[in-house]
Amino acid sequence: MDITRRDFTKIGCKIIISAASGTAIVQSMFTKGIAAENPPENGGYDWEKHFWGYVVDTRKCIGCGRCANACKMENKVPFDEEVYRTWIERYRVKKTINETFEEEVVIDSPDGGIEGFVDDIPAEEVKKAFYVPKICNHCDNAPCVQVCPVGATYETKDGVVLVDYEYCIGCRYCIQGCPYGARYFNTEKGTADKCTWCYHRITKGLLPACVQACPTGARKFGDLKDNKSEVKKIMDEERITLLKPDLGTKPKVFYIGLDREVK
Amino acid sequence: MLENLIWGYVYPNESEIQWSILIVLYPYITGLVAGAFIASSLYHVFGKKEIKPVARFALLTALSFLLVAMLPLLVHLGRPERGIEIMFTPHLTSAMSGFGYIFSFYLTIVVLEIWLSFREDIVNKALSSHGWKELLYSSLALFSFDISEKALHDDEKFARKLAIIGIPSAAFLHGYVGFIFGGIKANPWWSTPLMPIIFLMSAIVSGIALLILLYIAAMKIRKHVIDHKCLQSLAHYLWIFLILDVTLELLEIVSMKYASREDIDIINRLLSDKIGFTFYGVQLTLGIFIPFVLLLMVSLMKNRETLKLYMISISSIFVVIGVFAMRWNVVIGGQEISKSLSGTLTYVPVFFSQEGVLPALIIFILPFIILLVVTSILPPWKDMEEEPS
Repeated sequence: MDITRRDFTKIGCKIIISAASGTAIVQSMFTKGIAAENPPENGGYDWEKHFWGYVVDTRKCIGCGRCANACKMENKVPFDEEVYRTWIERYRVKKTINETFEEEVVIDSPDGGIEGFVDDIPAEEVKKAFYVPKICNHCDNAPCVQVCPVGATYETKDGVVLVDYEYCIGCRYCIQGCPYGARYFNTEKGTADKCTWCYHRITKGLLPACVQACPTGARKFGDLKDNKSEVKKIMDEERITLLKPDLGTKPKVFYIGLDREVK
Repeated sequence: MLENLIWGYVYPNESEIQWSILIVLYPYITGLVAGAFIASSLYHVFGKKEIKPVARFALLTALSFLLVAMLPLLVHLGRPERGIEIMFTPHLTSAMSGFGYIFSFYLTIVVLEIWLSFREDIVNKALSSHGWKELLYSSLALFSFDISEKALHDDEKFARKLAIIGIPSAAFLHGYVGFIFGGIKANPWWSTPLMPIIFLMSAIVSGIALLILLYIAAMKIRKHVIDHKCLQSLAHYLWIFLILDVTLELLEIVSMKYASREDIDIINRLLSDKIGFTFYGVQLTLGIFIPFVLLLMVSLMKNRETLKLYMISISSIFVVIGVFAMRWNVVIGGQEISKSLSGTLTYVPVFFSQEGVLPALIIFILPFIILLVVTSILPPWKDMEEEPS
């Protein structure tokens, strides 16, 4: 068979193109796997045996801010920057009703609630008030995981959404993609950052710092695969709600006593 | 100071705007690329003879802007040195992960298209020059000097095929950029299936307008008469695409307001307090309605070429500004509303910083310099300056 120069070029081009794209695709499958496929190297912890969940009982939160403070200390989140892995929101529904009978709701979260809250609206003007602790929802269908262009953010087998700081390129698409404002940019690392449910603690049988610090039991953490865990019991017995359920993110932070203003 | 920039309640992590003016520039530049390419294919694919004077120039313009399209993204990354991972380890569920591939594929098409349409010139230059110029043009010709009738005919056939692939890829390149925003369900201002097609239409509009301006500028600099037939034909296409563009942009707003979902209050506040001027004023009035009327008058008027020239130039300048405002309103506007739907924040551009106005300006000037260099190596002027047949 004679091969003309034209044929040679054609075949050559095909080989080069398929080799280049093939390698990239194959490599992508493997490299993405490294972050998500290896369990944490931690004596005896089996991530197949757990699936973590988090319950917030808003009726119990007193807005003391210990959780947000403990989180920043435990995870070395800078205190002098406006970045939070967890924070507390205060909702105050005022008595004044305007002509359209719309309620005025004042929401705030000064310093994420770390220093507690000041009464800047006289009590007699407030009809209803409550605190809502917020934290990453570790969604089972996480938009941040979906949008990461390099697979640097991933969900572990035990249900925790983590960031691979060695891999993140710092494009901040995940920060845009998170409907809950749970992610922030770590200026020191140049990468995205977020709550890990204190993965370094829970894999050793400890509680996340925020849960440990809560004096009223408003924050609860536990294993959804363990029928005896408090979180599982609440899931089975209480009426619980999710934040922004319509977005289909399947959050794993479950709320008790959430009011309609909370988004 | 922070308090003045924030209204209502924004999530604590939202106090800083993540995507700055560089990310405004990115869809703006890719839009100009897609638009210029589509303008050139009006001749290359659809055989619109009156576009011929600028067809090759449009390709060079597309290339010059395409070469810098990646820059604003790269400069903006927190870890630019890892940026290449998007090519090696793409996470395919991400709308962003395809960018490297689509960009490279499109770049290949544009370069091939340019090479084919300039090959005759390159070979002639290689044969007629000496020294380093001979080497330059010979290597540009890939040391293949066959410009026989048959070879050129084959070139043309292949170029046409390429351009046919080129149109969907240009559309895809930019529609895809729209999807990067449109696919974010967390953001009510971005999340709309219309986003890719709105981006595409505004891209075409901005590309044609830029081409008109560059053509007029080039002719003025080279002191050559302008081919009014070509110019008015471009203006005509600009007018048609403006109609498509404004229809879609209004459709989006109208359906958002009519449906009045949970997020309508914050959208209304965005449109009235935050981007009212840049949206209604610059994007719609200056960028669309005024050029629309001016271009309509151009197509109705007879003779009076100089007046028409001014009207077309002004329209094009307004369109180019208006489309920039559109990109701004999408990228910055979307981040000025809190995902709590209960507050807004304000983007304050910084001049000197990695993500400031200065790098954005530098990146935006670059393509013009590249265009100067490219047109001095591959001059497209012959097409523009020969007498219309």
